[in-house]
Amino acid sequence: MSEELLKIEDLSVSADEKSILRGVDLAVGRGETHVILGPNGAGKSTLGNAIMGSPAYTVTGGRITFLGGDLLEKAVNERARDGIFMSFQNPLEVPGLSLTNFIRSAVEMRTGQKVRFFPFRKELLRAMELLDMDPSYADRDLNVGFSGGEKKKAEILQLLMLKPSLAILDETDSGLDVDAVRTVSRGVREFQKDRESALIIITHNAGILSSLHVDRVHILVDGRIVAEGDGSLVDEISRNGFAAYENKA
Amino acid sequence: MEKEKTYVEDVDRELYDFRNAEKDVWKVGEGLTPAIVETISREKNDPEWMRAFRLKSLDIYNRTEMVDWGPDIEGLDMDNIVTYVRPNTKMNVDWADVPEEIRDTFERLGIPQAERASLAGVGAQYDSELVYHNVREEVAAMGVVYTDLESAMHGPYGDMIHDHFMKLVPPTDHKFAALHGAVWSGGSFVYVPPGVTVEIPLQSYFRLNAPGAGQFEHTLIIVDEGANLHFIEGCSAPKYNVANLHAGCVELYVAKNAKLRYSTIENWSKNMYNLNTKRARIEEGGVMEWVSGSFGSHVSYLYPMTLLTGEGARMTYTGITFAGAGQNLDTGMKVVHSAPKTSSAITAKSISKDGGISTYRSAVVMTEKAAGSKSSASCESLMLDDISRSDTIPAMDIRTSQADVGHEAKIGRISDDAIFYLMSRGIPEADARAMIVSGFADSVSKELPLEYAVEMNNLIRLEMKGSIG
Ligand SMILES: Nc1ncnc2c1ncn2[C@@H]1O[C@H](COP(=O)(O)OP(=O)(O)OP(=O)(O)O)[C@@H](O)[C@H]1O
Ligand SMILES: [Mg+2]
Repeated sequence: MSEELLKIEDLSVSADEKSILRGVDLAVGRGETHVILGPNGAGKSTLGNAIMGSPAYTVTGGRITFLGGDLLEKAVNERARDGIFMSFQNPLEVPGLSLTNFIRSAVEMRTGQKVRFFPFRKELLRAMELLDMDPSYADRDLNVGFSGGEKKKAEILQLLMLKPSLAILDETDSGLDVDAVRTVSRGVREFQKDRESALIIITHNAGILSSLHVDRVHILVDGRIVAEGDGSLVDEISRNGFAAYENKA
Repeated sequence: MEKEKTYVEDVDRELYDFRNAEKDVWKVGEGLTPAIVETISREKNDPEWMRAFRLKSLDIYNRTEMVDWGPDIEGLDMDNIVTYVRPNTKMNVDWADVPEEIRDTFERLGIPQAERASLAGVGAQYDSELVYHNVREEVAAMGVVYTDLESAMHGPYGDMIHDHFMKLVPPTDHKFAALHGAVWSGGSFVYVPPGVTVEIPLQSYFRLNAPGAGQFEHTLIIVDEGANLHFIEGCSAPKYNVANLHAGCVELYVAKNAKLRYSTIENWSKNMYNLNTKRARIEEGGVMEWVSGSFGSHVSYLYPMTLLTGEGARMTYTGITFAGAGQNLDTGMKVVHSAPKTSSAITAKSISKDGGISTYRSAVVMTEKAAGSKSSASCESLMLDDISRSDTIPAMDIRTSQADVGHEAKIGRISDDAIFYLMSRGIPEADARAMIVSGFADSVSKELPLEYAVEMNNLIRLEMKGSIG
């Protein structure tokens, strides 16, 4: 494996007193793309949320190390600043905060530097074009009145602008029409061009993966990783479903 | 995680809470008597009608009951309020002639900058007297009058002032209107002749500077037929331990097909009782736009009222109120539709935190003559914690079946999910909260001229910082 970026060891997570993840191990190196598959309710989003540091989840055991440091010590915004990004399954709406101003503030936090407006604006519009987003969305309120698909594209837009070193994409492809899936994978491929950055893709569809390079696939069932393999595992699951893995959890 | 732990009252208000050592030439004794009112009148060189008006108002004041609805004003000791404080200076037209100490105060309030930002004229009130006054030549050349009310009473507009002064807000309106009629001092007079459009906003900055001093400025604006004006009123007062009273009065006359936008940012110190009365009368086809941001003060009663008296007259009200610890802000608006096809559209927002109370109180009246009229109101309250309060008290009095009246109210909180979402993009928690609150206020701030919108955002950030840690 290439230089280690993220290391999860024996992670247990609960929410509302309910135990969800029960001893997960996962290691992600720089430049790698990992896929997490698993049935509804298996704990995939929980894993992403625990890495990002959502206050709704409690880590009850285990460790997460990022770039060699203890990640669990850090506040959510510090994790983001250090290079972790998660696209939300349901991005929130913030009235009165324009997409541009939001991304600009986020970029300033990430880089620790004032953004120069014109180059920033140019880069933003270029990324929006790549994602087939109407430029007028740059001045709209963050996610307010965006369709489901538009919200997902706005997430990928943030991914491209923030250039994290680890991006977790949680069902970024679900609810998208065929063209939008193609557009989103184009965005993800653009992100993959940076060979230093890693991806964790959570999905139910092989579609988005067909045009992406995949290094490793993990099957998460009932809070545990029950199987791992290379990209071919995706096709196997597409054909046979999770039935063969469900009793292994 | 690093946190900027500050207390608005003790630290951040330094920006606004500076005061100069009192160097007043002259001050009336505490408490209010006919002799004091006579003294004020003589000192101000009132015309005879105004002297009589003041005395009549004092009489009404003494016979009128204290306001007994709304937030508690028991802490207001009328005998303790020095009603009239005059700074060591006379009218000034040139900035350089304003005494340095006073100039310094204004400088710190940013007035010269605002002027440089090409505002049409600056009338700034220091204590009760207009100390600085400057109307750009091109505006004056259009026939626009922008001056202090006292001197205007003696000039060619004396009759016009006589015909309009406290006709919209008579001294009988309520106790503080009567008080205002008796002791009013300072303020602005604006007259825009028919057909004239004033391209740049006129601005006035009011300010209190003496412990226990009340401020009773009067603003009278007449926008004649087909004319167009934007007037901005900004207030900031330093902090004192003695109860302070502000009982100003604003009267706005909008003639046929004329348009007036009246924008205010009030940022009173947290011991102020702000009992301000504002009223506008709009004739046929006229348009009135209110934009209002209320910050600060201990207690506020503030309900700009609009009388839509001519067919097709319209008004919009866009307002926001921010109530923090120890504050009880009762704000809202009233509108009376008394002509056909009139319309009003109201957007009211409030933010409350740290136990602050904000109440939206409104009245929409449609008389029998208001056929074909419309009124729509939308109220949104944002509560930043569980100890704060937010109420909506809308009243409607509809006397025609051919009117369309709507009111919707929403109360919300900042969701943890939204905070997590912004933080997951690297934004610290305090900034995330401030962003969400600023976003909530955005529909108001985008109605303000840029420098005021920036000021309002700064105020929100200052107020938000006080709640961390
Ligand atoms: N905040 C929470 N409070 C209580 N229970 C939760 C919470 N979040 C998730 N759960 C529960 O934990 C389990 C795993 O949820 P999670 O969202 O991680 O599943 P998932 O694998 O992402 O499923 P899907 O494929 O449907 O998105 C579910 O049973 C869910 O109901
Ligand atoms: Mg999920």
